[in-house]
Amino acid sequence: MKRALPILAVLVVLLTAIAVVNPFFLEPAGFLAFLKRAAPLVILAAGQYFVIVSGEFDLSVGSLVTAEVVIAARLIDGDESATWPVLALLIAVGLLVGLVNGVVTTKLRVPSFIVTLGMLLVLSGAVFLWTGGAPRGALSEGFRAFGRGGLGPLPWSVLILLVLGGAAIWLMRADFGKILMATGDNERAAALSGVRVDRVKVFAFMLSGLSAAVAAILLGGFAGVSAQVGQGLEFSAITAVVLGGVVLGGGRGSVLAAMAGAVTLEALFTLLNLYGISGALEYTVQGVIIIAAVAAGVIRLPRKSTPRRGDAHAAS
Amino acid sequence: MDLRTRVRRPARRSRAHGGLAAHLREPTQVVFLALLGLVAVGWALVAFDGGQLLTMESVVGIQQRSAALGIVAIGQTLVILAGSLDLSVAYLISLTSLVAAEIMAGQDGNIWPAVTAVLVISSLVGLVNGLVITRLQVHAFIATLGVGLIIKGIVDHLYDGPAGEVPASFQVLGYSRVGPIPVSAMLWAGVAVVAWFLLSRTRLGYRIYAVGGNEEVARLSGVRTARVTVITHVLCSLCAGIAGLLLAARLGAGTPTVGTDGGYDLESIAAVVLGGTALAGGKGGVAGTVGGVLLLAVLDTIFNQLEVNSFAKDVVRGVVIVIAVAVYARRGTRRSA
Repeated sequence: MKRALPILAVLVVLLTAIAVVNPFFLEPAGFLAFLKRAAPLVILAAGQYFVIVSGEFDLSVGSLVTAEVVIAARLIDGDESATWPVLALLIAVGLLVGLVNGVVTTKLRVPSFIVTLGMLLVLSGAVFLWTGGAPRGALSEGFRAFGRGGLGPLPWSVLILLVLGGAAIWLMRADFGKILMATGDNERAAALSGVRVDRVKVFAFMLSGLSAAVAAILLGGFAGVSAQVGQGLEFSAITAVVLGGVVLGGGRGSVLAAMAGAVTLEALFTLLNLYGISGALEYTVQGVIIIAAVAAGVIRLPRKSTPRRGDAHAAS
Repeated sequence: MDLRTRVRRPARRSRAHGGLAAHLREPTQVVFLALLGLVAVGWALVAFDGGQLLTMESVVGIQQRSAALGIVAIGQTLVILAGSLDLSVAYLISLTSLVAAEIMAGQDGNIWPAVTAVLVISSLVGLVNGLVITRLQVHAFIATLGVGLIIKGIVDHLYDGPAGEVPASFQVLGYSRVGPIPVSAMLWAGVAVVAWFLLSRTRLGYRIYAVGGNEEVARLSGVRTARVTVITHVLCSLCAGIAGLLLAARLGAGTPTVGTDGGYDLESIAAVVLGGTALAGGKGGVAGTVGGVLLLAVLDTIFNQLEVNSFAKDVVRGVVIVIAVAVYARRGTRRSA
């Protein structure tokens, strides 16, 4: 919780700024609509967090999301009865892609940057090879309900986000989280203390694949079927995780902060929209803020985390 | 006495790094063997299909297709050898192609101002990348991605489509050739030779290997590691700027999406790694990268001749990259064991 404080402070400032311009944002409906839009990225960020904290990267999530949505549309093709089997299949595909990423990274000793880059090419090539270049078919209403509908006033996607977010926090508090953190911090030390490093990392990649599958289900319902649905999501997810103060290279950072980073990124987009900054300049502002946030985090973090606080002060 | 041996040790180690650079030709040989094998297999497959792989036309095509990627990949090699990486190159290529075409505006007299402006802008971008990484201590992945996004935003804000005009005399760079060798390929070869000389014959080259191999050890040996990182980023951005000029010459105008459509960021990293350079830095070289780029281009040509679906190309490309790196990784562990 303590590590999540800086990003939560930034988030509160951004949310306040949004509320000043757009009072509707303060009403439950307005805020829930915002959370609904943010849910896929937050879930992706949680998945990416597990991989990053174990010291690896997952660049394949963006094309995995696209692949999942395209697969769902082609297999369901408007047929309501196919909804549940296809949902199960999507989850299985997500886990399988994560399994392959993890096994190739750990057993063949290929850097995960390359493994998941290869997976990105394979997935985006294979899925359009299968559908002949453009997405085909349609999603069923039952499928789209997850991204669009809700239980009374509560959107399903927010409920799913709460459940998965809770599960992620629980997982990091359980033994698995401690082992994962140890692996990312110092793989060799963890291995010598009896951690099955390979298995832990494979599991982290599978969690990332699972989160991509869930994000695809939500995005498919929310945004519809297109070949661009997952474009750039891998970079957004990594950015969100890093914004939350998680260190690339592994071993530092909390999952709550990573998810808060994703909400912050989404709030930033909303705010830029409200202030009427044109679509393109949004990227520029995003770039500046990411660098600034990470730089600020790096400058502040060592003083907080090192026990020798006096040294840091003496040096500065 | 004790002090003296301690002082000496780093010197010995940096010499070992120079030796390492010489030793690590091994993966390079693998790339070129794979390239030969691929040409042989491709030749057989295409012949079986009733065509011919190594016609004049396709050889020129292979060189032209790979020149831009090749130049970017050489810059990327320098950065990766120093233990960093650059995701901003694709956006920088788009920017520089626009700057070049806009300043030239179809006039022959404006060629040199345009080239100068491109080189200045790209070195500035490289400088920013390097300083953000070293001074603000932002991870290279985030720093260059952020700078890339900044450039993308500016380019997309100012331009919707192709702009500017490249005079015919500059388009020579994109199209004309001497015998079977296009001018663009010569430019690529020139950049490669300069980079090779830099890495294997100059002090800066050894320092790049030292910083990439172990930054802390390099620093303790008296290398100004931050300076090395900044210089490699400037050189990498310069390469991207040259590629932008080349693409502007080929297209006859600047285009805001030319860099991202070509996927030059991830593709150049893939080519470098395919050439046997370790992503973590400190091992590899330019020759391997040239082999890696050629391998990708030959693969492309074979698929074109066999008229394979472009999506199947991506699948094969992804698999080839991962397998190649898995093979290198295996050799690496055997050597150290």
